[in-house]
Amino acid sequence: MAQASKAKRSKNPVPLPDKFSVAMTINGVETKLAVAPWTTLLDALRDHLDLTGTKKGCDHGQCGACTVLVDGRRINSCLTLAVMKDGASVTTIEGLATEGALHPLQQAFIDHDAFQCGYCTPGQICSAAGLIAEGKAKSADEIRELMSGNICRCGAYPNIVAAIQQAMGKMDGKP
Amino acid sequence: MINFQYARANDVADAVRQIATDPTAKFIAGGTNLIDLMKEDVERPSRLIDISRLPLKSVEETADGGLRIGALMPNSDLAWHPLIEQRYPLLSSAILAGASQQLRNMASTGGNLLQRTRCFYFYDTATPCNKRKPGSGCSAIDGINRISAILGTSEACIATHPSDMCVALAALEASVHVAGPNGERVIAFNDFHRLPGNTPQLDTNLQPNEIVIAVELPAQGFAKNYSYLKIRDRLSYAFALISVAAALELEDGTIRQARLALGGVAHKPWRDAAAEAALRGQLANRATFTHAADLLLRDAKGFAHNAFKVELARRSIVRALTQAAQATPQSQSDKKIR
Repeated sequence: MAQASKAKRSKNPVPLPDKFSVAMTINGVETKLAVAPWTTLLDALRDHLDLTGTKKGCDHGQCGACTVLVDGRRINSCLTLAVMKDGASVTTIEGLATEGALHPLQQAFIDHDAFQCGYCTPGQICSAAGLIAEGKAKSADEIRELMSGNICRCGAYPNIVAAIQQAMGKMDGKP
Repeated sequence: MINFQYARANDVADAVRQIATDPTAKFIAGGTNLIDLMKEDVERPSRLIDISRLPLKSVEETADGGLRIGALMPNSDLAWHPLIEQRYPLLSSAILAGASQQLRNMASTGGNLLQRTRCFYFYDTATPCNKRKPGSGCSAIDGINRISAILGTSEACIATHPSDMCVALAALEASVHVAGPNGERVIAFNDFHRLPGNTPQLDTNLQPNEIVIAVELPAQGFAKNYSYLKIRDRLSYAFALISVAAALELEDGTIRQARLALGGVAHKPWRDAAAEAALRGQLANRATFTHAADLLLRDAKGFAHNAFKVELARRSIVRALTQAAQATPQSQSDKKIR
C-alpha cells in the first residue's frame, strides 16, 4: 500500500501558487476573499464565508445539495472553482428571505412538508428558484424532469413538486 | 485533487499559446467533467487555463443557411435557443435528455464534445484501465460491463462516449471548428471522435495544442420528422444504455433522406452508412426500420452484462424511426414511450 501511494505522487510537484483575490456579490453583499485555485465555490461559501446553508452532499455534481444561483442561474457549486467566478453575483439559501418574510419557496416547503431530514432542502429551494426564473416548467412532469438534478433520499418528492407549484403561482417568474 | 496553477486566457490565440508552453496544462470552461475527474485523481493537470471568458457564446446564421454555435455556448442556452428549437429540435431534445439543469447551465458546447467516458474503471484509479493508464489493461471486458459498448470495441477498451448532444450532432452532420498554432481547421463530426483501437487514451482527433472554437450545423435540420429516444436505468438524470437520434425527410410516405445515430453503444456516436442507405427510397414502415436496425447491428457484440443491449438497440431504433416518421418525437419530460 505504501508503494501505491508513493507512485501516485507527482515526480515534478507543482509549486504552491499564490492565492487569488476574488470579488463576488454574495447575497447582495460585496465580498472579497483570497482563494487557492482549487477552492470550489462550495468550499469558499462554507469554509471561508461561514455560509453553511449550502450543503456538501456528494461533492461530484450528482446530488444537487450544493445548488446555488450564480448570476441568476442555478449551478452545482461543488463543480465550480471560486477563482473562475470573480465578479459574479451569488445567491445562496441565506439570501432568499427578505427582512421578516420567508421567500415564497421557503414558505411553500413548510406548507407542504416538503422535506424530512432537510439536508437537501437548501439545494432544492435554490434549484426551484432557478427553475421558476427559467419559466420553462409548467406541468408536474416538467417540474419533476427539471428538478431531477436534486436528489432527496428521504423521498419527499411529491411534496417538493407541490411546494414548487404553490410558489410558482405566487412568484410570477421572479426568483 | 492535486495542487495546480491557474491562468486566464485573453483570447483564442493566447489560449493556444498558453497550452503550447505546458503539455500538462488543460483548458477549463464549464468544468463539470474536468473538476469531477480531478477530484477523483483521474485528471492531474499542472495548470488550468480558464477559457470561460472568451467571446465564444453566440449562435450565428451561416452563409449556407446553417448555424454556427460558439464553443462556450452553455448546453441549457443552446437547447432553449429559439433558432435551435425551431430548426434543430432534435438537438434541443438530445441536450435536454442529458445531465441536470444545473450541469447544463455550466457545461459548454465544446466541453460536451470532450467529456470523457463514465466507465466505472476509468474513474476507479485502483483498477487497470487502458484509457486512464495505457498498457495497464481493461477491467471492464471481464468486469462490470452493463454500461459498456457493443459496437466498435477493441481488446484494449470497451468504453462508451457518454454524450447525448453529440449523438444529435452526429445525426445532423455538424462540423467542429478548431484553432491551433497553425490556424484553424474544420473536422467533420464523424471524424472528431475516435474508436479505441490500441490507443483508447485518445478520445478524439483534436490535437493537444488545439482548442474547439465552434460547432457548425448545416442547413438541413429535419425539424418535422425526428426523435431522440433515450433508454436508461432511471427515468431522468442517468446516462444512456441506448439512445437513438432518428431524422427523416419524407415524401408521400417514402423516405428521401435518413439519418440514424446511436449513443451508449460505442466509443463515439455510432452511424452506419449501410443502415441509412437501406432507409432511403423505402416506405417508412416497420419492415424498413427493422431491416435498417439489423444492418446497423450486424457486427454488434455484447459482453457478460450487456448482451441485452443488442436487442434493446434494435427495438429502440425501430421505435425512434417510427416516432420520427409519425412526427411524434419522444418527449423528454413526459417519459412515456409511445
